[in-house]
Amino acid sequence: MESIKLHYDVSATDFTRAGAASGDVKRTLKQLGVSPATTRNVAVAMYEGEINMVIHAGGGEIDVEITEDAIKMVLADHGPGIENVELAMKEGYSTAPDNIRSLGFGAGMGLPNIKKYSDEFQLDTKVGEGTTLTLKVYMK
Amino acid sequence: MENIYHSVRLDDEKCQGCTNCIKRCPTQAIRVRGKKAYIISDRCIDCGECIRVCPHHAKYAVSGHFNEILKYKYRIALPAPSLYGQFNNLDNVDYVLTGLKKMGFDDVVEVSKGAEFISDATRKMLETGVLKKPVISSACPAVLRLIRTRFPNLIGNILPLFTPMDFTAKLAREQAKQKTGLPDEDIGVFFISPCPAKQTAIKNPLCYDEQQLNGAFAIKDIYPVLLQTMDKLQPDDLEPLNDSGIIGVGWASSGGEAAGLLKERYLAADGIENVINVLEELEDEKLNDLDFIELNCCTGGCVGGVLTVENPYVAKARIQRLRKFMPVSCNALPDKFHLDALSWTKELQPSPAMKLADNVLKAMRLMTELKEIEQSLPGLDCGICGAPSCRALADDIVRGYASKEDCVFSSLRAKGGDDSWMPAPFRGGDKHTKVPQEDDYAHDFERAFLKGQDGDETPKE
Repeated sequence: MESIKLHYDVSATDFTRAGAASGDVKRTLKQLGVSPATTRNVAVAMYEGEINMVIHAGGGEIDVEITEDAIKMVLADHGPGIENVELAMKEGYSTAPDNIRSLGFGAGMGLPNIKKYSDEFQLDTKVGEGTTLTLKVYMK
Repeated sequence: MENIYHSVRLDDEKCQGCTNCIKRCPTQAIRVRGKKAYIISDRCIDCGECIRVCPHHAKYAVSGHFNEILKYKYRIALPAPSLYGQFNNLDNVDYVLTGLKKMGFDDVVEVSKGAEFISDATRKMLETGVLKKPVISSACPAVLRLIRTRFPNLIGNILPLFTPMDFTAKLAREQAKQKTGLPDEDIGVFFISPCPAKQTAIKNPLCYDEQQLNGAFAIKDIYPVLLQTMDKLQPDDLEPLNDSGIIGVGWASSGGEAAGLLKERYLAADGIENVINVLEELEDEKLNDLDFIELNCCTGGCVGGVLTVENPYVAKARIQRLRKFMPVSCNALPDKFHLDALSWTKELQPSPAMKLADNVLKAMRLMTELKEIEQSLPGLDCGICGAPSCRALADDIVRGYASKEDCVFSSLRAKGGDDSWMPAPFRGGDKHTKVPQEDDYAHDFERAFLKGQDGDETPKE
């Protein structure tokens, strides 16, 4: 099947660049004529994932594959991993440090939002090794 | 495809085919073709940025010839509140309004009057909870066009009410019909406009079935004559035409419309780049805790319109001074007023101008091709191909509007292996080019600084 593959290295050293990868994917989807609702879902889910990577994991890599029926995103990092997944999936729970909270992040909506906006959601995490999020948003 | 009217035009004779406008157009709607700038109609939002940046004054906004008013038996002028900021030492708006009337109008109705009704209606609608929040202001026609071409997802958030200009026109026309008994076609309603986007909105209304106004005149065109007329006015000549207060007149500058809602959870952004950034964030649902978003394409709001005379900050300061002596508001909707009278009569339609093809699969193929072409281009975004960036050229190529040969660097590269084919500034260090070292500038600066300090040429320790 035909597909478009996009790859992004997400750096944690420059916080002002956070969100650039999801912005680029959004632009690409718009040019492809993907429906506004699908584009929004991808943009929101990926943005939250990208920000999580920067805040918690020291950056990582994102691979996006666009096919005719879905947008698949794999967000992989080598950060500390998530100790309590059940707790992390709860709205309002956050381990973000204070300096990040002062920027308006760390409301504890990251993971719950990602799940809400994606049609398929898989979270693989191992403490001390890293986290991989595999998301799919169907074309609507 | 609908027939698109644009008020921003190009004067072919003045255009030098330079790259100033193509680089600054916020929707990448301009290319150089055949030595002249060319505006891509379905991407242009009539914001007027190109008029602002063209050093040759080749871009202009179509506005009516003043003689047009003679076609009508009863003529009404609708001055934008930004007009009041164009005059020095103005402490009474009636000077402007009476002056305008003396120029040949039968009546003058302030757009700030209609604005106060719209403010009131917006307050009422926000309370009923029928609107999708955050609500985006619909007053700036360039913003409306920007949203339908680049952010169609946000159409549902736009305030579905008349703009102050259109509602004032409707009010004034009704009043005139009752007063004179004349039919519609004998009444001419003209806007005194700070920007070309309003002119476009008059000719091609996107959200109303009927055109509310008959035309518009640019503030800068009216200004010299109006100033002369005002100079001759004696205090006795003044007519009490002012019928709006702080809220209405406040719409002239950024934040004014939002402040008139008497709510705290709002954001007001102005200047097209800022507006685009806010829309991006809004699209990503990052601004969901706001009630209202006011967006103006021009810096400072309408006072920054490209057809005004005065610097937007000066104009804003003058209006602030004027407002000091005004009541808060002079106009409110009657209690049992039905909002239909000032609501859109048709929905705003999306018009996505950036998509590559009508079906996703085809668009994906073009996108793959586009990325390959982009990789092969030099990435200098020089604009010599007539497109604003290498990416835009790649986009044009896959759409069939340009070819790879349009890139002078790609053509030159074909000739040789090293970078000797590049113009001097783009080559690595060789005998033709002096590559400045990092310290060079620092020393120059140090020397100049120390010399300026105490007149001593020898740098001190």
